[in-house]
Amino acid sequence: MQNSNSSSTGSNKRWIMLCGAAFVLVAALLSICLGAVSLTPAQLWKSLLSGPDNTAAARILWYSRLPRTAASLLAGAGLAVSGAVIQKVLANNLASPGIIGVNAGAGLAVAVCCAFGTFAAWAVAGASFLGAMAATFLVVIVARKSSASRTTVVLGGVAVTACLNAATEAIITMVPDAALASVDFRVGGFSSVNHSRLLPAAILILAGIAVILTLTNELDVLSLGDDTAQALGLRVSRIRNGMLTLAALLAGASVSFAGILGFVGLIVPHMARRIIGSESGKLIPFCALLGAGFVTACDLAARLIFAPYELPTGILMSFLGGPFFIWLLLKRKDKRP
Amino acid sequence: MISISDLHVSYEGAEIIHGISAGFPEGKISVIMGPNGCGKSTTLRSLVRMVPEMSGTLMFDGQDLGTLTSQELARRIAYLPQSRNVPDITVERLVIHGRFPYLSYPRRYRKEDWDKVGEALEWVGLSDLRKRKMENLSGGQRQKAYLAMALAQDTEVILMDEPTTFLDIRNQFDMLDRARVLADAGKTVIMILHDFEAILHYADNVILMKDGRMLTAGSAEEVLRSAEVRKAFDVQPCFYETDDGLHCYVQP
Repeated sequence: MQNSNSSSTGSNKRWIMLCGAAFVLVAALLSICLGAVSLTPAQLWKSLLSGPDNTAAARILWYSRLPRTAASLLAGAGLAVSGAVIQKVLANNLASPGIIGVNAGAGLAVAVCCAFGTFAAWAVAGASFLGAMAATFLVVIVARKSSASRTTVVLGGVAVTACLNAATEAIITMVPDAALASVDFRVGGFSSVNHSRLLPAAILILAGIAVILTLTNELDVLSLGDDTAQALGLRVSRIRNGMLTLAALLAGASVSFAGILGFVGLIVPHMARRIIGSESGKLIPFCALLGAGFVTACDLAARLIFAPYELPTGILMSFLGGPFFIWLLLKRKDKRP
Repeated sequence: MISISDLHVSYEGAEIIHGISAGFPEGKISVIMGPNGCGKSTTLRSLVRMVPEMSGTLMFDGQDLGTLTSQELARRIAYLPQSRNVPDITVERLVIHGRFPYLSYPRRYRKEDWDKVGEALEWVGLSDLRKRKMENLSGGQRQKAYLAMALAQDTEVILMDEPTTFLDIRNQFDMLDRARVLADAGKTVIMILHDFEAILHYADNVILMKDGRMLTAGSAEEVLRSAEVRKAFDVQPCFYETDDGLHCYVQP
């Protein structure tokens, strides 16, 4: 009997990984070159060598395109890996960073910030990161106090998210300016990203992904079930909570400069699993590539479709990603005997 | 030799195991039997410290099991729980996780680990299916894959919680025959079984439990012929001899 599902052989997986890397490279190059003002390859090369302050092309490259492309790559990778880790840890394919309170915590923190009249980008970014982490810690603490099982993490996340969303709505109702000021954050996008806002988040995202890549076997053992994992010597509660904290770190750092791009953390891990399988050693790096390329491509499309006007990336992402995912589901169904 | 001395286990303050003392010799199959809910699985899980509150002493070759780290414990005792996930991975990826207790930095499995996987798969007869996804295996094949994982764990003790549940009769015999071979090779096999005939045929030692207490212990024949069996199950075991030995069936 032949293996009838989508598991790929070792060499196939290497090719898939290379294709993922090529996708990221092409998306990044196009994102750097194309926009309301396009840069030719010659201009790009010259501007890269000349530094930021020489010509209009160089200024566009260094102050707009490079930070924006880096931001979309980092947010895509961070959110996709975060979603993959959360889905694996909770053994729940409907889980995403939102389920452990990331979006609700960040949303409340941004609403509070805006309600107090603090609109500085660094303050909003810092508040959203701290809000995301605080909400996740609350979920983890609730879960720890009640045995840290997968179900209690999910239920704790739902309860904490409901409370935080209620608080956010209350603030927005009482201070309507806060709703207007936080629209960009709630829709998600990269139009206001700059170096200083990106750098701390970039360090956290890259370090977080690097740590997760060393723990892929732990993730796989955890997915065998609590009893089997514990019998294999894994400290189940500690690893589960540690992984959730790392996932929150990635998502919180991404949300801090990109706003809420809820779609990525939910759907990209599904796409990646269908393409490369569930083994974390392959899934996590492929999620990083697919997430980075997907978000960058969506951001590029958001800039180009109605140029010189821009669509919010988060909205376009849902428009493009939803049908693509449905197509993927139907394609897989057709292949089944 | 594993020994339990005065084991008490509680869940949320309520004691469910009340002072069990027993020994499990190496190179033997020891069976824990008893009615549903009597604490068999809890007793087995206490050997790998998978119970929330416990007291008493668990010794393994003179060493207190409570002093071992999780990793050290997993290098000495393998545990196959009754209900297991069907992970979305291949057979060989499942079996390599039996080597997880031996992982050290840089957290990657080495060639020796993969060699152990090959040996374990060969032993359970799944070499040809090593690239197959777990979800595409039959119940018996999945059970063998998990047994291969336990073998790759390379422990002196293997605990099996109802290893024949959900298996057809051929696979039940196959699983128990493999347990026999492991015990004959010197491993300590401790399992939970319900079938009296299988217990009579395969068990070297039997512990009979009821309501969190040990009623009696001894050889399979001694325990099954004892009055405590009738007390525990409210059934009447009947015995008959054939050329290949003693057999047992049960009358209500």
